[in-house]
Amino acid sequence: MDYLLTEEQVMLRDLCRQITDEKITPIAAQLDKSEEFPWEVVKVMAESDIFGVYIEEKYGGMGGGLLELCIATEEFSRGCAGIALAFSATALGTDPILLFGSEEQKEKYLPSIAAGKRLAAFAITEPAAGSDASAMQTTAKKDGDHYILNGTKHFITNGGEAEIYTVVAMTNKDRGARGASIFIVEKGTPGFTFGKKEDKLGIRGSATRELIFTDCRVPKENMIGKEGQGFLIAMKTFDMSRPGIGAQAVGIAQGAFEASVKYAKERKQFGKSISSFQGIQFMLADMATQIEAARALIYASARQIDAGSTKTVSKDSSMAKLFASDVAMKVTTDAVQIFGGYGYMKEYPVEKYMRDAKITQIYEGTNQIQRNIIALNLIKETSKS
Amino acid sequence: MGIQIIKEQCTGCSLCVKVCPFCALTMTNKKAVIDYDKCTLCGACVDSCKFNAIDLKRDSSKTPNIEEYKGIWVFAEQKKGVIQSVVYELLGKARDLSEKLGSDVSCVLLGHNIKDKAQELISRGADNVYIVDTVELEHYLDEPYTKTIVNLVRKYRPEIFLCGATFIGRSLISRVAVKLHTGLTADCTGLDIDEKEKFLMQTRPAFGGNIMATILSKNHRPQMATVRHKVFKEAAVDKTRKGKIIEEAIPKTFLTSRTKLLDIVEEITSTINIAEADIIVSGGRGLKGPENFAMLEELAQVLGGAVGSSRAAVDAGWMPYSHQVGQTGKTVCPKLYIACGISGQIQHLVGMQSSNIILAINQDPHAPIFTVANYGIVGDVFQVVPLLTKKFKATLNR
Amino acid sequence: MNIIVCIKQVPDTTQVRIDPVTNTLIREGVQSIINPFDMYAIEEGVRLKEKYGGKTTVISMGPPQADAALREAISMGCDEACLVSDRAFAGSDTLATGYTLAMAIRKLKDYDIILCGKQASDGDTAQVGPGIATQLDIPQVTYVKKIEDVKDNHATVERMTEEGFEIVRTSLPCLLTVVKEINEPRIPSLKGRMKAKKAEILSWKAIDLDLEEEKLGLKGSPTWVSKIFTPPPRPKGHILEGDPEETTTKIIEALKDRLI
Repeated sequence: MDYLLTEEQVMLRDLCRQITDEKITPIAAQLDKSEEFPWEVVKVMAESDIFGVYIEEKYGGMGGGLLELCIATEEFSRGCAGIALAFSATALGTDPILLFGSEEQKEKYLPSIAAGKRLAAFAITEPAAGSDASAMQTTAKKDGDHYILNGTKHFITNGGEAEIYTVVAMTNKDRGARGASIFIVEKGTPGFTFGKKEDKLGIRGSATRELIFTDCRVPKENMIGKEGQGFLIAMKTFDMSRPGIGAQAVGIAQGAFEASVKYAKERKQFGKSISSFQGIQFMLADMATQIEAARALIYASARQIDAGSTKTVSKDSSMAKLFASDVAMKVTTDAVQIFGGYGYMKEYPVEKYMRDAKITQIYEGTNQIQRNIIALNLIKETSKS
Repeated sequence: MGIQIIKEQCTGCSLCVKVCPFCALTMTNKKAVIDYDKCTLCGACVDSCKFNAIDLKRDSSKTPNIEEYKGIWVFAEQKKGVIQSVVYELLGKARDLSEKLGSDVSCVLLGHNIKDKAQELISRGADNVYIVDTVELEHYLDEPYTKTIVNLVRKYRPEIFLCGATFIGRSLISRVAVKLHTGLTADCTGLDIDEKEKFLMQTRPAFGGNIMATILSKNHRPQMATVRHKVFKEAAVDKTRKGKIIEEAIPKTFLTSRTKLLDIVEEITSTINIAEADIIVSGGRGLKGPENFAMLEELAQVLGGAVGSSRAAVDAGWMPYSHQVGQTGKTVCPKLYIACGISGQIQHLVGMQSSNIILAINQDPHAPIFTVANYGIVGDVFQVVPLLTKKFKATLNR
Repeated sequence: MNIIVCIKQVPDTTQVRIDPVTNTLIREGVQSIINPFDMYAIEEGVRLKEKYGGKTTVISMGPPQADAALREAISMGCDEACLVSDRAFAGSDTLATGYTLAMAIRKLKDYDIILCGKQASDGDTAQVGPGIATQLDIPQVTYVKKIEDVKDNHATVERMTEEGFEIVRTSLPCLLTVVKEINEPRIPSLKGRMKAKKAEILSWKAIDLDLEEEKLGLKGSPTWVSKIFTPPPRPKGHILEGDPEETTTKIIEALKDRLI
C-alpha cells in the first residue's frame, strides 16, 4: 500500500532497510543466543544519522517526527526487534526531554543523543509497580540544590548500556500519582548502579536491567518539568511512544510474513509447493491484510501526533499499539505454523519472531491497560457530546 | 548511430531479437527495430543475421603494415626465476594455433639471471626465446616491463600475443595493449584461428553470465589475449626440441620506474592456492559454522586438494576472502570441484561451472547447484562428507 | 589532495537468473548498481580525503542513467561528480573507454590519486584502470589491498599477489586499482543521501572533451564481438538420493578412476 511518504521518508526507509538487511538480519540469531548488546549496529545507525531522525535540526537532528521514528523502528524490527530497541528505547528515554525539557536540558542532552554518541533509557517500572505506577517506591528527597534518589527500577530497556536515564521517582509519596517527578540521571552519578540483567523470552538482543539508586544525588536542574508532574509527563511520553511499539510489532510481523511467503514457495509437499494449497494461501492473505491494517493505523496515529492534533491522542495511540501488537502475535504464530516442524526449531527464524512479538502485548502498558485507556476515553468523549 | 536495419533485406526471422544481450531489438510489422537507448553497439546481432540486414559501421583505423606481423608470442612470466605454469599452458595452445597459421612460436622472457630458463621454454614448444636479462627486470614492475615489451613487439611484430591472466599479466598486458593501440581480450576460454581469414578467434564469457562471445581484432596487431590458469592443457616436455635464444639489450632509459618494490611478503598458508588447485572442496552456508570447515580440510587433504568457500561463508567470517570462489572471488576450473552445503547462487556458479567434474552435496534436491553438477548427493553434509573422506582414504590408500 | 574515483554502472547480477528453458539470462527487472568493486574505490577515496584533506571527485562513463550511480557515490561522501555520456561513446571497448575517461580526467586537471575497482563485474577485464594510467602516462599499482601512507608526493601501498602481497612505493600522481580487502564500504548516511539528491552533476559530452574522433566508441575499438552463443547446457548429472552409505560408495566408484 502506498502511504504517500515524502521523498525524505522514502529515503529514510530505504536506508533503514539497507542497515537491516546488511547489518541486523545477519547477526540477529547470534545476538538472540548470546544476549550481547548490538554496539556494532548502534555505530552504523549513528553514522547514518538515524538517532536524530525525530529530533529538531537545531539540536543536531534531522527534523522529523514520530512518523519517521516509526518508519525506522519498523524496518529495524523486521530484522530484529531486540536490536531495534537500542534505537527505539533511546527515543522513549528522550521523549520526556523533547516534550517537557527546558531549553538548557535540550541543549545539553539532545545533540549527543541525535548524534548517537549517547543512548537513553526511560525508567518507571518497579518490582511492585507495573501497570499501577502509583505504587512506586523510588523516592527523591529534596536536599538543597539536589534531590536524593533511593529505590530500584527494573525491566529497564537499554539499562546499563545507556548514558542518559529519565527516571520517575516520588517527590511526595502522600500525593500518590501527583507526587511523582522525573529526573535526568547520567550514568556514572555516584549512588547510581546497575543490578541484575534479565534473561528473557524474546528481544534478547536488547539489554533489560535493574537500576539501583542509593542516596544518589541529582542536581535539581535535572528535574524535567515541575515537581509533581512526573506522572503526567510519563503518560504524555507513553502517548507518544505507543505508535513506536506498534511499529516494532508491525516490523516483527512483516519479517515473519516475508519469511513465510518465501518458505511457502520453496517448501514442497505432495509434489507441489505448499503455497499452492488454499489452506496456506488463506493464512498468507490474512497475515498480509492484518499487517497492512496495523501499519495504516500506526502511520495515521503518528501523522496525527506530528500534525499537533492531540485531542484524541491517548485513545488513538493505544488503539495503534493494541491492534499492532495483537497482529504481531497472531501473524508470528501463524508463521511458525506455516513452517511446520521447522518453524519450531531455532535453526529457522520464525520462532524468534514469535518470541519477540509477545513483549509488544506487554510493555509500555499491557494490552489490557490499552483497552482501559481506549474505553475510558470513549466514555469521556461520548459523555461530553 | 552506427547501426541500422536494412529494411529491404530484413525477413522478420527474429533471430537477432533472441541474440541481443541488451533486449534492444524488437519486431514491429515483421521487421527488426532497434531501440537506440538500449543498444550498446556490441555487434552481437550482426553475425546472427543470415540476410545481411544489419549494417554496423566500424570504419576503424588499422595498424600500419599489418601484413608484416607474423608469429605467436607468449609472455613467459617468471617469479624468482620460476616460470609460471600458465606459461606452459599458453605454449600448449600456441603450438595448436601455430600449426593452423604456419608460423612459429616465441616466448619473451624478462628477468635477471634467467638465461638458463630459456631451454625449458623451448622444450615446452617455443621456437624462439627473446630474453632481456638485466637487474632492473629482476622483479615485475609495470613501467620497465611495459616499455621493454612494447619495444620488442615494435621490433619483431608478432601477429598474436598471449599472456596469463595473473596479477602480473593483467597489469602488464593492459598497459602494453594501450601503448601499441591494439585490441586485448581478457580471460579467454577458447582460442582458435579463423580458417578463411586467419584471425585469432577469442572466446570468453560475456555480459556477466553464461553467454559466450567470440571476439576478433581484425585491423590491429598484435591480437592480444589473456587466459586464466588451468584453461588450457600444459604443453608436454620434449627435451630434444631445438630453438633459438635471442638476447636483447634494452636501453637503460627504458628501464626506469616511478614505482619501487619495497618488499615481498609471502603469506604462508597450509592450503594450496585455489586458483591453481586440481581439486577443490568448497563449503557454503550449509556448513553452519567455521568449525565445520575442518571436515572439508580433511577431505581436501585426502584428495590433495584445496578448500574453497562460497561468498556466504566468507561474509559470515567463517573463511578468509582468499578462499572465495565466485564472481567477487576467484574463478576456478579444477579437475574436480566438490560443493558442500552450497546452494549455488548464480554468482557462485559463474566462478566454478567450468570445472571438469562437479560433485554437489546438498540437503535440498532443488538447490541450483545440482543443475551444474555431474554428480550429486542429496543428503546431510555432516554425514556425507566424513563418509567420503573415509572411503576415499581407503580407496586411494592415503 | 585531489582524488578521482572512476566507477561503472552495471546490472545487479545478484538479481540475474537463468531461464531454465532457453538457458539465457533473464534481464527484465534487473536493477543497475555501482560495480561492486568500485564501491571499495569510492570508500577508499572518501577515507583518503578524510585522512589527508582535499577533494574526492567521482567520474563515470555511461548512459544518462549512470547519474544514479554518481549520486550514490556522493551520498557516500564524494564531493563532486562528473558524468561522461554521449552516443558517440557507444560500442567502446576497453581501449576506447580508457582513452575517453583519461581525456575527461585530464579536463578535471588536478589529481594526485585516481582510484578504480580492480575490475567490473559485467566485463571482468581489469583493463580499463591500467588503460587510463597508460593514456595519462602515470604509474599504476593494481590489486591494492591497503594504502599504508601518502606523503612527500609518494604513496606506499600493499599490492596483492598470488602468494601474498608486495609493498610498493609509487610517485604521485598515480592510479590504483583496489580489491575487496581494502575496506568495508559505508552505508550512506541520511544527510549524505539528502546531499546527493540535490547535488549538481557535471555532465560532459564528446564535444566538451578534447578528443580525437577516431579513438572514440566503435571506431576507436579494435576488438569486435563477432558472434555470441549460449554454451551447450551441461549434460544432466547423476543425482543420487537415499542412504549416505550407498550414495557415497557409488560416487567413489564413479570418481576413483579419474583421481588416480
